[in-house]
This record gives sequence, C-alpha cells and structure tokens, in this order.
Amino acid sequence: MSSIGTSSSASTLLARPASVRRGLLSDETRRAIRKFRQSPLSLVGLGIVVLLVLVAIVGPFFVPYPNDASGAVHIKERLLPPSGAHWFGTDHVGRDILSRLVIGARTSLLAGVLVIVMAVIIGTVLGALAGYLGGWVETVIMRVTDVFLTIPDLILAMAFAAALGPGLTNVMIAVSLVWWPGYCRLARANVIALRNAQFAEAAASLGSSRRRILFRHILPNAFPTLLVKASMDVGFAVLTTAALGFIGLGTQPPTPDWGQMVSEGRKYLRDAWWYSTFPGIAILLTVIATNLLGDGIRDVLDPRTRKGR
Amino acid sequence: MNLFRYIVRRLLLIIPVMIGVSVLTFCLVYLVPGDPARLAAGPQATQAMYEQIREEFGLDDPLPVQYAHYVSGLVQGDWGDSILTRRPVLTDLAVYWPATLELVIVAMSIAILVGVPLGILSAVRADRLADHASRIISLLGVSMPAFWLAILMQLFFGLRLDWLPVSGRLPTLTPPPADITGLYLLDALLTGEWSTFGVALRHILLPAVTLSFASLATISRFTRASLLEVLNQDYVRTARAKGLVERSIVVRHALRNAFIPTLTMIGLSFGWSMGGSVLVETVFDWPGIGLYATNSALTLDFMPIMGIALLYGIVFSLINIAIDIAYGFLDPRVSHA
Repeated sequence: MSSIGTSSSASTLLARPASVRRGLLSDETRRAIRKFRQSPLSLVGLGIVVLLVLVAIVGPFFVPYPNDASGAVHIKERLLPPSGAHWFGTDHVGRDILSRLVIGARTSLLAGVLVIVMAVIIGTVLGALAGYLGGWVETVIMRVTDVFLTIPDLILAMAFAAALGPGLTNVMIAVSLVWWPGYCRLARANVIALRNAQFAEAAASLGSSRRRILFRHILPNAFPTLLVKASMDVGFAVLTTAALGFIGLGTQPPTPDWGQMVSEGRKYLRDAWWYSTFPGIAILLTVIATNLLGDGIRDVLDPRTRKGR
Repeated sequence: MNLFRYIVRRLLLIIPVMIGVSVLTFCLVYLVPGDPARLAAGPQATQAMYEQIREEFGLDDPLPVQYAHYVSGLVQGDWGDSILTRRPVLTDLAVYWPATLELVIVAMSIAILVGVPLGILSAVRADRLADHASRIISLLGVSMPAFWLAILMQLFFGLRLDWLPVSGRLPTLTPPPADITGLYLLDALLTGEWSTFGVALRHILLPAVTLSFASLATISRFTRASLLEVLNQDYVRTARAKGLVERSIVVRHALRNAFIPTLTMIGLSFGWSMGGSVLVETVFDWPGIGLYATNSALTLDFMPIMGIALLYGIVFSLINIAIDIAYGFLDPRVSHA
C-alpha cells in the first residue's frame, strides 16, 4: 500500500508508525500473553503440549529401538518389566514400549489435530452458509446437525468407521464427520450475530459480493470463538481416535497406535501391568495438557470469560 | 392436560428426527460400503447369481424406492439380521438392551449422587483446598480414557486386591433372576433373591464406577459453575442479610435455581454414557449393547450398528423430552403450553 490514501480517521492518526508496530507486539497480543501467563495451569498445559509436539517431531530419530515400530520381533525378550534397557518394558513380541509410544505420538497427535481441522472446515462452511443465507438452506443444514447430535458420538463414529472400513485415515474421517455439527452451530450463531454488523453493511454498500462479505468480512470475525472451541476439542479428538483404535478400528499393525497398544496389553494384564499402563498414561497426559491449554486460550480469547473464572 | 398435550407434541416431533437418522443409516448401509450384493453373493458367485441377488435386494430400483423399502422394513420391525449372531437385529437389541440400561442407570446414579455434592462443596468453598481437589477430579474425569480406566480398575480391584469380579453380570453358574424387567438388580429385588442381588451388585460395581467417572466430572463442574453464579445474585444476598443459616441459603435458595443447567448436563451425560458404555462393556465383558456394537464393528457387520444408532437416537430423544418436562417441575416459569 502506498501512502497516497492518507486517511483522516482517528484510529489511523492515533496508530503508531508501521515500523514500530512490526518490531514490537501489538497491545492486544501483549495483553493476551500477560493474561495467559497469569494462569499457571495454562502454562503447564502449554509446556506439556510443546514437549509432546517435540517428541512427536524429533523423538522417532532418537528412540532406542526404531525397528520396533515396523514389524520387528524379539520373542526372547517378550513381556520384560521396565528396566534400564527398556524403560517402559517390552510387549508380547518383545518390542520396546517406549520406542513404540514415541513413534505412536506422531500418529496420535496428528490424528487429533487433523480431525479437528476437518471438522472445523466442514462445520464452519455449512454453519456460515446456514446463518448467512437463512431460508431452506438453513433449515436443511440445521436439521442435519440435529440428526447427527441425536446419536452418541462414539456409536456414530463406529458406524462411519465400519462403513468406510478400518484404518487410521478412515477413523479420522469418521470422527470428523461426527464432530462438525458443533462447529456448524457455533459458526451459524456467530454469523447471525455478525451479519447485520456495521462492517458487513459497510462492505455491502461498497459493492462487495455476498460471498466476499461472508468469507472475507464476517467469518474472520467469528474465528476467535471457533478457535477456542477447536483448542478445547483437540484433546477429546485424540481421546476418541484412541478409543476407536482400542476397539480395533484404527491403525493396522505393526504401526503403533496408543489406543491399540492399551487394547493389546489387556490380554497380558495379569503378568505385564506396564503394557497397558504406559500407553494409557500417554493418552491421559495428552488430553489433560490440551485441555489445560484450551482453557487458557479460552480465557484469553473469549470475551465472556475475560473477567476471570 | 397441558402437560399431556406437550408430551404428545414432543413425541410426534421425534418422527422427523428419526426419519433423518434412518436416511443416515440407509446411506451408510447401502451407499458407502461398496456393493452389498457382491458381498452377499460371495467371491464364488456367478454373474447370474449376482444379478439375481441384486434383483432380490432391489438394488436396481431408484434410490428413493430403495429407501422407502428400507423404512417400511424398519417400521414393521425388520431391522436386518446380524451376520455374527444369525438373529434379527431387533431380537438382539431386546436381549442386550437391559444389561446396558442397568449399567447406565447405576453409573448415572453414582455420577449424580457424587457429582452434585462435589460441585456444591467446590462452589461453597471456592478457591480453597476442597475446591482445588474437586477440580482436579473433574479434569481427570473428562481427560481419562474410559477404556484405560476400566483396565486399571480390573488390575487394581480385581487382580491385585481380588475384591471384586472383573467380568460379566453374574458368575457363569449363577442362574439370573426371573426375567421381569431384564435388569438383574431390580428383578432380584422384586423376587426377593437376596443372594443373587448381592452377587449382581458386586459385578456391576467396577464397570458402573468406571462409566460414571466422566459424567461425574462434568456434572460436578457444571454444578460448581452454576451455583457460583447463583450465589452472587441479589436474592441470595437478601437471604444472607435476613440472617439465614448458610446451609439453608445454599440448599433452599441457591441450589434449586442452580440445578437447571446441571439438569441439562445430566441429560447429555446420559447420552454420552450410552456411547461410553461401548468401551466399558468391551473391557468388562458386560453382555450389553456396547459389547454387541464392538463385536459387530470388528466383523464389519453393519446392520447391528445401524440398529444401535436408531435405538440410541430414539432413547436420546426420549431423555431430552424427560429433561424438558423436569424443567417445568423445577422452574414454574417454564411453561409447556
């Protein structure tokens, strides 16, 4: 942008020069960071999430037994309890549980995030259309969400997963097909609240198309609320994909999957407590951490909770 | 009379939702998994056999006709057959439903009886030790994988301490009580079979506690939040100014109003528990709908899963109606007209 169109509005006059703004964080961001740092639990959550993401990204290069995630079998070392050589013990074919957990972290975390991304996209687009267009489009879309919300999540996810066939990709599709209605309702509510806002009217009087007003003006303003819900949901998405893995619909062996590891360990419960225990802790830790982080993000972004809990 | 008309109207409103659910299950059964005729015919079938099966299944008809056929089957009680049990799905559901219902009722009772007092305690002692402790329980409850908690329960209370049985509704050799409701605890009470009641109670304890944990956490969180909100309101301050005892303020004045949002959460938790029972039943070998769902999903047996989706859709809608009716009793301002 050139400096020809020097506007005379108060906000531009008050704004600092662009060079300063680029170097420092905006007031808004600094306020958000300060708010976030006030809550120790959110920081713990953030710390664990960062750690888990690091483990998922670089962990697989450092695990003691990398081949144990791709079909290696050491029958002589089966079901060894935790020790110096195998911190978390070994499984029923002698594979190192720690190595498999670390390699499985990538799949589990990525699955959780991708599920939410897909659900947000489907839900937001449909919800925005429903809220903005109204009429029969809205009626049809909202009645469809009613139908989806009538069936318990897990049963519906199982139905989709069974129909699509087992496998991690299909499980992810199944779970996101179950989760979009929540985002759809939220996006619709936001769009309805914003569609008559002044900025939308201004865009319309400047001749913007309906599509442009919806996707460039209204949706970006609805984004923070959607982000809050998404950040709080990631943990539950990890939980649900793990649950489907536990049932046996997820990743196919030998690729490690936390839920599936818990399920396999069940058969050796009497002799090998560590087998199910450690993958379970990994899932629990991930869900707790993302929940805490999500709560922190909500406190920062959601105006309704800004005054504190 | 108003209430009666309200109930009838709400029941009628289930019909469009169930039509929606049936469209969904129809799509999943007939459109997604490839060619059902090819599946049914098996790999050795000749082209002629395959075409005959297509004809029999009505797969060459236009989709709306196929859907109409499917729905008329559903209405007449033909919910398809289970490949696994070789019985009609509706028969299977009738066999397995009481076990799940019993489990969910016991679990929800635990969740409400523990969760509501925990939430009250947490709100009354906000930001003190009891509050922090109950908030940790809430966080654990919503984050805990139910299937893993189930395994830990088995490991600890079953295998280590040997206190409680870890699978099934009754020992293999114990005959179930006379079949009145299908709920063993209730049937044993009704027929006065006290020893069976005790054994059944011991069997249901671990799975029910496991299943209750997530609902308990959510219920206590909600009770805490809504009670805190109510406790800040003017009429509570008035009650305090009048010099009423704190206990009576909380119980008589605040709780009644705080309970309405909690009630919504209880209704929703009921639905989640039915979903969660899949995992808990699978671990505890509890012969209910959940175990049936898992076994069917693993053998890619579609009809039972679609049947369960339909059944749970109906049950969940009925629970929602019950909750809405309960609002009216708690809050006279809510009118059912």
